[in-house]
Amino acid sequence: MSTARRSLRDLRPSTVLTTIAFVIVTALVLLPIAIIVLTAFKPAAEVNAYPPSLLPDDWTLANLKTVTSELPFARLVGNSFVFAGGVTLFALVFDSLAAYALARLDFRGRKVLLVAIIATLMIPFQATLIPLYQLVADLGWVNTYTGLIAPRAADAFGIFFLRQFFLALPRDIDQAARIDGAGEFRIFRSVVLPNAVPALLTLGLFTFVNNWNDLLWPLVFTTDAEMGTITSGLTQLTGPSGIVPHGVMMAGSLIAILPLVIAFLFIQRRFIENIATTGLK
Amino acid sequence: MTTAPPTGRRYRPPAPLGGRRRVDSPKRRSAIAAAFLAPALIILGLFTIWPMLSALRLSFTDASGFGEPEWVGLENYIGVFTDPDLLNAVTNTALYTVLFTPVAVAAALGLALLLNNPRLPFRGFFRTALFVPFVVSFSVAAFAWSYLVDPQVGLLNYWLRGLGIQLGNVLEDPNLAMPMVVLVAVWKLFGFYFVIFLAGLQDIPTSIYEAARMDGAGAWSRLRNVTLPMLSNTMAFVLVFAMIAALQAFDQIYVMTGGGPYGSTQTLVMEIYESGFRKLEIGFASALSYVLLAATLLLSLVQFVFFGRKEKDLA
Repeated sequence: MSTARRSLRDLRPSTVLTTIAFVIVTALVLLPIAIIVLTAFKPAAEVNAYPPSLLPDDWTLANLKTVTSELPFARLVGNSFVFAGGVTLFALVFDSLAAYALARLDFRGRKVLLVAIIATLMIPFQATLIPLYQLVADLGWVNTYTGLIAPRAADAFGIFFLRQFFLALPRDIDQAARIDGAGEFRIFRSVVLPNAVPALLTLGLFTFVNNWNDLLWPLVFTTDAEMGTITSGLTQLTGPSGIVPHGVMMAGSLIAILPLVIAFLFIQRRFIENIATTGLK
Repeated sequence: MTTAPPTGRRYRPPAPLGGRRRVDSPKRRSAIAAAFLAPALIILGLFTIWPMLSALRLSFTDASGFGEPEWVGLENYIGVFTDPDLLNAVTNTALYTVLFTPVAVAAALGLALLLNNPRLPFRGFFRTALFVPFVVSFSVAAFAWSYLVDPQVGLLNYWLRGLGIQLGNVLEDPNLAMPMVVLVAVWKLFGFYFVIFLAGLQDIPTSIYEAARMDGAGAWSRLRNVTLPMLSNTMAFVLVFAMIAALQAFDQIYVMTGGGPYGSTQTLVMEIYESGFRKLEIGFASALSYVLLAATLLLSLVQFVFFGRKEKDLA
């Protein structure tokens, strides 16, 4: 009875219109992704044909073969995983520790410190690049994973993001532990962190994606082509030397975005589940 | 119950029962906080603050990567404010920010509000699909969009021509290049703001809506008087991040137009990159980044003060 009534209400014109609007918006939003995937499998003749078409007539692996012979792809993808994964791991630990202090501990100078940390967000990365490179070179870390990862092992965005989340957690969840005499670190680890899993997953995804996609830092920092990432490696195809065929470029792009899209689809499911089940509302 | 949560904004831990474990002095609290903060502060201090201070020093020199930099006082800053190219870069950065911020935030908020309708089918799919562009790098996005609007073989150009819209060569058109690079940024980033708005919407207790409905509030009134005020924290967060992203626009411009045509997409960070890495005028580039930093700080402060006050009004 109630389900029948619900399905009747589902057919309200406004809901139908919203659904149609979402289908159109989603199709437009996914168009550039579709172009990357489909062009990667198109023969060169079709890529430059007029009128252009979305789907290839003949599917080919030629573009993927060309791009993997031009660059050490396995090595670059591996480097991307070490770089983005390492940064994510360290940043989650260090950011959540700092965010806990800023959200849930009462100490002198907390507000000033928070403003100072947020202020570092305004610093354009390009502005620090030259002194940063010199510093990392002085430490002897050029072309090492340590040098690639260490400067990103904590970031203001993550601290701010987690602080907002920790602030929203109800105060009384840690009261019981506090009365039992638990220290701050135990409250952080076994009360606050388990309640912050959706926020940690979200931040983890953002951090991983941002570093995987980062162009300037790996490009400037790694002088050894073997230490580059997939994103910085790809730009070597475009270079000023000449025009690289669209098909080859899209094949490289496909390899660069595929791990992220898969990781995202995997985390997205857990992310939604967590929001639905933790009852944080 | 004597340990009821305090009502004030600042949280003070309740006194431990029996006082067996510790005296919770301010000194002790600071020491605990310092231990939590130390790793992040060391990283930020060493790899962000210190290089930024080095850049400040460099901005008063003629550093060029060759030889010892010499002190030149305010020369670089005077250059910044008298350089005709810079006025163009400032105007373009402002235009980019004014185009990008409202469009990206409105798109994200509008779609989040519509998706929050529990009767909408395929909600999970739409939510996932709209976020996907965020995981694509700016350089890959720039390449895909350049191909889509290619004047000869671009699919989007071809389809729009079918609708009677002649776009021409978008990236070579001084009037269209800027909207185009903004569109790429909106495409790439709005999904991020959208997900943040969705999380904010889910935090609003349904009981408030029920109460509003009982009081006879219509859909528009509920949006204006319940949803938007309850989202003000989220809105502040999103606006600040959208604005910073806009002021620091670089990647897709670098790939798609290189600042052209005729300097119409030359932004401040493009200018910093060009003077710092192409012309090796490191001192001048450092001065330029301090001007950008000052502008960003000022705008962010205005926003934080504005939203901070709104938040207090609600309490």
